[in-house]
Amino acid sequence: MNLREITSLIFIFGLGFLLYAVLKTLPYGEIVTGIGPVILDRAPEEVGTANIVASVLLAYRGLDTLGELTVLFVAATAIGLVLGQRRPDTPYDPEAGFILRSAADLLFPFLIVVGAYIILHGHLTPGGGFQGGAILAAAFFIPLLASPASSLNHHVSSLIEGLAGAAFIIIGLIALFGKEYFLAPLFGTGEVGELFSAGSLPLLYLAVGLKVGAELAGLLARLSETEASD
Amino acid sequence: MTIEETAWIYILSYSGALGLILLGIIGMVISRHLIRIILGLMLLEAGVNLFLITIGYRANGVAPILVDGQVPAAIMVDPIPQALVLTAIVIGVAVQALALALVVKTYKAYGTLDTQELAEKIAQESGTRIVDGIPVSLPVPATRQLVEEKSA
Repeated sequence: MNLREITSLIFIFGLGFLLYAVLKTLPYGEIVTGIGPVILDRAPEEVGTANIVASVLLAYRGLDTLGELTVLFVAATAIGLVLGQRRPDTPYDPEAGFILRSAADLLFPFLIVVGAYIILHGHLTPGGGFQGGAILAAAFFIPLLASPASSLNHHVSSLIEGLAGAAFIIIGLIALFGKEYFLAPLFGTGEVGELFSAGSLPLLYLAVGLKVGAELAGLLARLSETEASD
Repeated sequence: MTIEETAWIYILSYSGALGLILLGIIGMVISRHLIRIILGLMLLEAGVNLFLITIGYRANGVAPILVDGQVPAAIMVDPIPQALVLTAIVIGVAVQALALALVVKTYKAYGTLDTQELAEKIAQESGTRIVDGIPVSLPVPATRQLVEEKSA
């Protein structure tokens, strides 16, 4: 054991003790954020989502979600910048076997349906744009894993991504001019628990889902497309 | 279950979160391999997410989702940390992907992922010297004189 490991172990023990001391002062058995119970009481009437987390994410803290999408966009752009374009003459990884390729083709429609379901029911059930978007990305990425020579169309994916991001901001701007608040829910609340309820929230979640799906698929494709060796 | 009976949920969950955070930090500090450092970062993120979720838990709480339009009872858990963690997971994925992309580029450029070897190679390349395992761009008098003599 060298000095560096010993000092880091001492540091870890100190940090653990500090965190433990902080945790001991936390009350348990009740909600500590303060605003939580208020949102639980008021969200069904104000926003009309059955999934209250979705109302926090898109109605009360919609601006944070926009910031999160921006972080994702910046990360995807940076990855494109770092990895760069694939050189056309480099060999691809060998194609997977028959079973993997057929399974990837068979899975594709099911993954699309599940992803679309989770996005469209994001305001009713657990799930939403981010989770459904990840499943959509998987639907496009699995065939790429099975046969590396087939490539994802990066132009289409970035077009979808840009349009979805623009739709999110445009819905927010309409709310800004119509109801004085950026990203305020539009079109009334409807009946809680119905598919067409919660006003503009399903549209926002659809935009989030398409953007996350296109972004993640493009990101994963870029990571897998880099040359294995020079 | 009374609040006293649910205490073990808090104890297990908080100690799990604490353990993951400390394991992640120790993995990032001690290991020299870049991939292991990223794995430590992932553990740290998981610990922080578990910690946030546990803060929002309340005894006998259910998920904050209305079933059949039922009025929100007082037994739902806090939705704020859940929304926060949803955000944190997505950002964590983006950060990990970016870190892995940088690791790919580093491996292509230097052929190694060991931080010590990387430091040596970078120091060799840029004519700097290693102080505490980090290439520091302190002026090295001997090499500078050599360069000046060559250019003169």
